[in-house]
Amino acid sequence: MSEIVEILLSVSLWTAALRIASPLILGTLGELICERAGVLNLGIEGIMTAGAMAGWMAVYQGADLWTGVAFAAAIGMILGFIHGVFTVPLGLSQHVTGLGLTLLATSLSYFTYRMILPDVPSPPRIEAFQPLAIPFLSDLPIVGPALFKQTALTYFALAAVAAVAFILYKTPLGLAVRSVGENPAAAEAQGIDVYAIRIGAVMVGSGLMAVGGAFLTMSAFNAFFFEMVAGRGWICIALVVFSSWRPGKALLGAFLFGAFDAFQVRLQQVVGGDIPYQIFLMLPYLLSILALIVMSRRAAYPKALMVPYRKGER
Amino acid sequence: MRLEPRSDVPVHLAVLAPAGAVVLALALTAIPLLWADVPVGQAYALIFEGALGSRFALTETLARATPLIFTGLAAAVAFRARLWNIGAEGQLYLGALTAVAVASGAFVAPPAVMIPLILVLGALAGALLMLIPTVLKLRLGVDEVVTTLLLNFVVLLFVSMMIEGPMKDPMGMGWPQTAPIIDEAVLPKLIDRTRVHFGLILALVAAVAVWVLVNRTTWGFEMRAVGANPAAARFAGMPVTRVMLRVGLISGALAGLAGVGEVAGLKGYLTLDLSPGFGYSGIVVAMLAQLNALAVVVSALFVAVVFVGADFMSRSIGVSSYLANLIVATSLLTMLAASLATRYRLRLR
Repeated sequence: MSEIVEILLSVSLWTAALRIASPLILGTLGELICERAGVLNLGIEGIMTAGAMAGWMAVYQGADLWTGVAFAAAIGMILGFIHGVFTVPLGLSQHVTGLGLTLLATSLSYFTYRMILPDVPSPPRIEAFQPLAIPFLSDLPIVGPALFKQTALTYFALAAVAAVAFILYKTPLGLAVRSVGENPAAAEAQGIDVYAIRIGAVMVGSGLMAVGGAFLTMSAFNAFFFEMVAGRGWICIALVVFSSWRPGKALLGAFLFGAFDAFQVRLQQVVGGDIPYQIFLMLPYLLSILALIVMSRRAAYPKALMVPYRKGER
Repeated sequence: MRLEPRSDVPVHLAVLAPAGAVVLALALTAIPLLWADVPVGQAYALIFEGALGSRFALTETLARATPLIFTGLAAAVAFRARLWNIGAEGQLYLGALTAVAVASGAFVAPPAVMIPLILVLGALAGALLMLIPTVLKLRLGVDEVVTTLLLNFVVLLFVSMMIEGPMKDPMGMGWPQTAPIIDEAVLPKLIDRTRVHFGLILALVAAVAVWVLVNRTTWGFEMRAVGANPAAARFAGMPVTRVMLRVGLISGALAGLAGVGEVAGLKGYLTLDLSPGFGYSGIVVAMLAQLNALAVVVSALFVAVVFVGADFMSRSIGVSSYLANLIVATSLLTMLAASLATRYRLRLR
């Protein structure tokens, strides 16, 4: 018991929690934007993989870190554009298009990686984002290092939450995004171009997902591995439901998830040996399923989620 | 210019659209080939040769198509009723694990008992696994896409736990693998000294059975009705919940059979690389077949040709075999776009 308390009070747990949460915050935020506009984006897993590869590769080829992030975002937006065109004006199945996009983006990333680096014995590393201590705040006990000694990309993720919440609730653009996701016909009557807003939202959301993927290679592992995204995209989709499509709650959900994940790794070191390690690795996925079950009853889905809109049809 | 729904699909379009989609996909994947500085024609010729060019190549393609037919059917049945089972990969592994648990020496019985037994139990394991997300969807409104996807990871970790723990082969020199399946439970080979096994016959029978079920029975009619419009189906007095449960069980069972076939027909024991994503490729197979069970056989063969051929090509000229996944993924997207042509007509005005 005392060991568990010790883990919970350790600085490293809470630092790790926010670090693990960061890609999930970005991915969840990206998916949330897509779904708020009425488009389910199952391409997320592939888009995160593409972002992880693209951002890392750009830096490996000599670009500076922020250029790498921008490149990852651009790749994400291109993939988002494909998803948008297929699902919005063409009205094709959002499920199948998204899964197809995940297959495409994943295999394209792996193919590209192997093309450029045909035979490297071990994944090469880059000089990645370093923790950036914010003066004074980072000196606070526990909270200080946990919140204010993170890498720049984590701060970016936190700023993105605030920015998305502001845009979504306080600007005409946000109102347009929410209205095309709730009632596209009414939005059109207000003079809003439903197709443009939906495609735009999917592109911006996909860009954020890609940056979430880039976090893995540019701020956490510093290298690109095959299958490194490991279902984080699917977890983000569960987190969107958990968050009831609200950016603030998405942050909370991702942070709780990160804290839990960081906790199970440390618990494993304490009680390891008696329990197979696979049990611990299963927990994040089971937790996501559990979160879905708890939240689904009162999930307030955007009304037009997964409903294609055709101009002039009712 | 506008799209108008078609009331019926002309035969020439139903054939031309998928074929056109495949051609377009091959044209698009020429771009990465050009980038790799590979002569495109030679690359595709090598794919063709590697998959269909010899007796050995043909048998390899048939062996690869076998699990794809099963997982393709699993996806086709479920998607037809709009039950999004993306968990075929997990169901496949659980089916294989069950087969191994029963047939690696716990007891011995003649093949006439062992083989039907592992087929039934493997199918049951897949079906029961799919029952979880189906019930969660029907009772609690939990989206099955995410639950089936996440369960794949859970099942893979579970299999990993079993083959490193209780089911680890004591004679396996420390490798994480199960003990081999006893001879009585091994699916017979169809052609000597090849990898084509009895599972192929089962897969073909399953395809016909699913086609009859979906297109010629009341159950199938209900499945299609529920998929087309659940509210209307309920209004018409159909037991929507029961229909969905049925669909989930059938779909999971088919994916479970894929796993039994692979482990008892090909590998002989279970490792974590039993399936290179057959569960996910099954979705592509089903979509290329436009969810038609008989067409699943054809599209499974196509996908198998791409995989086997691209493996051969990448060994011959050193292009990454991820190209196969690229061709398959591109085919899925072009097929999806082509499906518009069969469902709508373009009217200029």
